[in-house]
Amino acid sequence: MLLKVLFVSFPFFLQPILGSASDHLGTSFIHFNFKDFLEVISLANYNTRLVILSTSILGIASGSIGSFLLLRKRSLIGDAISHACLPGIGIAFLIMTALGNTGKFLPGLLLGASISGFVGVLVVMAIRNTTKLKDDAAMGIVLSIFFGLGVALLRIITEIPGASAAGLESFIYGKTASIVLYDFWLISLVAILVTVASFILLKEWTLLCFDSGYAATQGWPVYALDLSLLVGITLVTVIGLQSVGLILIIAFLIIPPSAARFWTENLKKMLIISSVLGGLSGWVGATMSALFQNLPAGAVIVLVATTIFIFSMLFGTSRGLLIRFIKHTKLNRKIGRDHLMHSSYEVLEEMAMHENRMINNQKIKRSRLLQRRSWMDTELKSLIHTSKKNGLIERYTDEYILLGEAGFAEAARTTRNHRLWEMYLIEYAEVAPTNVDRGADLVEHVLGADIVRMLESKMKTSPYMYIPNPHSESEGLS
Amino acid sequence: MEWYNLDTWIVITGALCASACAIPGCFLVLRQMSMMGDAISHAVLPGLAIAFMITGSRSSLSMFVGAAVVGVLTALFSQWISQFGKVDRGASMGIVFTSLFALGLILIVQASNHVELDASCVLYGALELTPLDLWHWEFLGLSFKAPRAACVLTMILVINITVIGIFYKEFKISSFDPALAKTLGIHSGLIHYLLMTMVAITTVAAFEAVGSIIVIAMLVVPAATAYLLTENLVIMMFVSVFFSIAAAILGHISAILVPSWFGLNSTSSSAMIAVMAGCLFLIAWIFAPKQGLLQNYFIKSKSHNKAR
Amino acid sequence: MTAAVPAPLPKSKILNPQSAALHIQDLTVAYHSKPVLWDVDLSIPEAKLVGIVGPNGAGKSTLIKACLNLLPKTSGAVQVFGKSYEEQRSMIGYVPQRESVDWDFPVSALEVVAMGLYGKIGWFRSVKSRHKKLAKEALDRVGIADLADRQISQLSGGQQQRVFLARALAQDTRVYFMDEPFAAVDAATERAIIELLKEFKSLGKTCFVVHHDLATVSQYFDWTVLLNMRIVKSGPTEEVFTRENLSKTYGGKLTILEEASNALRITH
Repeated sequence: MLLKVLFVSFPFFLQPILGSASDHLGTSFIHFNFKDFLEVISLANYNTRLVILSTSILGIASGSIGSFLLLRKRSLIGDAISHACLPGIGIAFLIMTALGNTGKFLPGLLLGASISGFVGVLVVMAIRNTTKLKDDAAMGIVLSIFFGLGVALLRIITEIPGASAAGLESFIYGKTASIVLYDFWLISLVAILVTVASFILLKEWTLLCFDSGYAATQGWPVYALDLSLLVGITLVTVIGLQSVGLILIIAFLIIPPSAARFWTENLKKMLIISSVLGGLSGWVGATMSALFQNLPAGAVIVLVATTIFIFSMLFGTSRGLLIRFIKHTKLNRKIGRDHLMHSSYEVLEEMAMHENRMINNQKIKRSRLLQRRSWMDTELKSLIHTSKKNGLIERYTDEYILLGEAGFAEAARTTRNHRLWEMYLIEYAEVAPTNVDRGADLVEHVLGADIVRMLESKMKTSPYMYIPNPHSESEGLS
Repeated sequence: MEWYNLDTWIVITGALCASACAIPGCFLVLRQMSMMGDAISHAVLPGLAIAFMITGSRSSLSMFVGAAVVGVLTALFSQWISQFGKVDRGASMGIVFTSLFALGLILIVQASNHVELDASCVLYGALELTPLDLWHWEFLGLSFKAPRAACVLTMILVINITVIGIFYKEFKISSFDPALAKTLGIHSGLIHYLLMTMVAITTVAAFEAVGSIIVIAMLVVPAATAYLLTENLVIMMFVSVFFSIAAAILGHISAILVPSWFGLNSTSSSAMIAVMAGCLFLIAWIFAPKQGLLQNYFIKSKSHNKAR
Repeated sequence: MTAAVPAPLPKSKILNPQSAALHIQDLTVAYHSKPVLWDVDLSIPEAKLVGIVGPNGAGKSTLIKACLNLLPKTSGAVQVFGKSYEEQRSMIGYVPQRESVDWDFPVSALEVVAMGLYGKIGWFRSVKSRHKKLAKEALDRVGIADLADRQISQLSGGQQQRVFLARALAQDTRVYFMDEPFAAVDAATERAIIELLKEFKSLGKTCFVVHHDLATVSQYFDWTVLLNMRIVKSGPTEEVFTRENLSKTYGGKLTILEEASNALRITH
């Protein structure tokens, strides 16, 4: 009874995925032996082989084309398409029955599903282009209405006397565990088509996703390109639907590309990584499902993909959280060091001004440093300590610090940079560059040598004292 | 067509469900999060499973709490992934709901070796059966009877109206301009999660009663229809409720009527309510006074004439 | 509404559409039933740097997008060198607004510049090393060749704008439409852009530039189009860029007029 409640709530997607589990009811979950393991891993079993290969190939194909979908910011269109396929299945069944065939002729049903899925996509685009509704609402509308239409149709069809429509609705929920050779060939065909297309049309689809307006002015048929991408998505979705089910194909189109994005900033590499991750999830997931009892293949594959995603999000070498955290910490440390150098130089400057002579390297009192910034005592201590390690500070006590040779030059450079930027921001407040690391980049690099020269000449007449130019004085230090 | 007391209850239940969805739906559409309803309705599965595993009962309340918690977690996880991982919002939603759904499936399969699956009841939503599950109660010596689903949905509707009524200002401003809301001291995040909680409990309550197609449709379609017709938020909410009730009535009638033209029995009411909501949307899309397709066409041809 | 209707261009100033770099006749554009541009007539000779100036919401970007067929025209026709846009597409380049793309996209600066060559490379063929060399040269001309391999989000705003200009440069067309290339860029980039524009002009190319900074108009452009939903005035900058015309364009808004008169003082 309890489960009935669950399933009343969770309709559609269960049936197929549960299929694989119910074959082995009664066996315990952790039942494992090495012989089975070998058999599964070596793909010795015909059925297992088909399932594992099919899901992997599908993962590869959806990983590659899903990347474009992600970059076009339309990831959820797979969700809309997969639901929009249902009325097409009903209509195809009706037409085929009316023509006197068996209504369950697979290619016919697939064609019907593809057509109605594609019509769904067209309606999404039409809503978006002709109303103020955005992508999300357009997809939500198409998804729910097409699906409602499909359910209503299928219900009517089952009432038709003589038409054996039983099981038709399970079409879109897949049957991972019972993939047959025919499905395998179909999946392979579509997968090859789509993967090859995403490499042949790499340049065109990239341009479309990056800057469709510019693409249009270059004479590329933007609508046709958009449609070609969506046709590819629809094909993958329809094939995926009937073999592995609705939820898995949605996940396959979204998760591997999102995971791949954490590893690279290069689109071609992203495509490859995404395909590999998709294929890997399919392989590992299907293998696990075959090895252990009671693990529905579709669900396991999704969870394997999710695990890969989480791993990528944490440890991805290009945009992963860890690498970004490290960069952030480094930046903070660098800013702290810059502040220390800058403050030290200003203290030296004050001392020199006081005694009316040129600035040179002397002991700097810690108390004076502390006054200059909102440093905690411990904070300053650790800054000084790391600077010593980096050779910027020659020695220090609780009372004072003494900059090293390199440290003094660095302090001068930092101060100069800082002041030039300050001048620049005052002079050109409205055109301040964004995204610039103001400490590290040479000012000249960002602003151009002539502007820097002008700023410098202004600075000499300002109350600031002369700041040595790093190019002339600290050459060879870095 | 014959109309029974039963049909009246079905229409009332459908209309209650549709209105309860339409109100938070307006904000989903305005905040460009329409797919959240779909995401949450898939993602609550592990919530139901865990609630059952912990309490060992199928009591509505524990399931309800479990589902609502996971519903909010769905919103939270999607937010994290898109914020910290810099992943597109739609994609992060997709990642979260497919993963949670898969997790829920595995939990359920592990929880029980005996899976009873009443596919037809499941697939088409059980709106037609709701009047059979009655609640009785007595008040001042009078005894009342009403379908349980209708009672639950009335409660949800009242909750939604109350929450929106109390926080109307906050909802409005944080949907329109979250940054401004922040400077005014309104916690947009809190409002966001309040909305997500509403969507979650509405979704759970509704699809226990009527199946999930109607929920997803009713969260988006009436609100989108209303959005095409008006620019005023209050009017938009009233209009969307009007459309959702209209869809419920038309939906049930057409579920009985349309198949009968072909000499067949009635089809699923939930599904037809969704379809009728779609028809109303289509009408608004074509005929909307300011931005309908027809209006746009006229403007074009008018200025063409002027140009000549 | 009719009070400030500008006088139509005198007939003598309307060039023969065959010789005009850009000839717009009776252009009207509407967004969701709200007209943004009304009855625009415009004729602009070749080899000019054309500044398109007007207040916010005046339809500056709309004008160039309509010229490029990126927006549906409600009425009117646009001709480039006497032929329709479709026929002349290969000689028209476009520099979109910087905000129009997602800078998190996984491509490098060099790859974006190479996109300017996609039209020439054609269907299905991949980008070869000679194309990359061309792209690198274009990046070098805008002064950021050393940043070629950086992912585009790691560039500063000015550098991103330079990447877009390098892309236009690589495309090598006769007419350019640029949408706010000077918006929020640093001084060095501004200078690099204007140098590039001058070079284009000396090569006989025509550039249409949406511009918002009144102070630099007479310095940068030799032809000015004053636009506020209709054409207020179009002509050589020294004739058109006057206080009177500006007040017509900006509708007598005090603050802007102040700004405008400051601009005039600076530049004249």
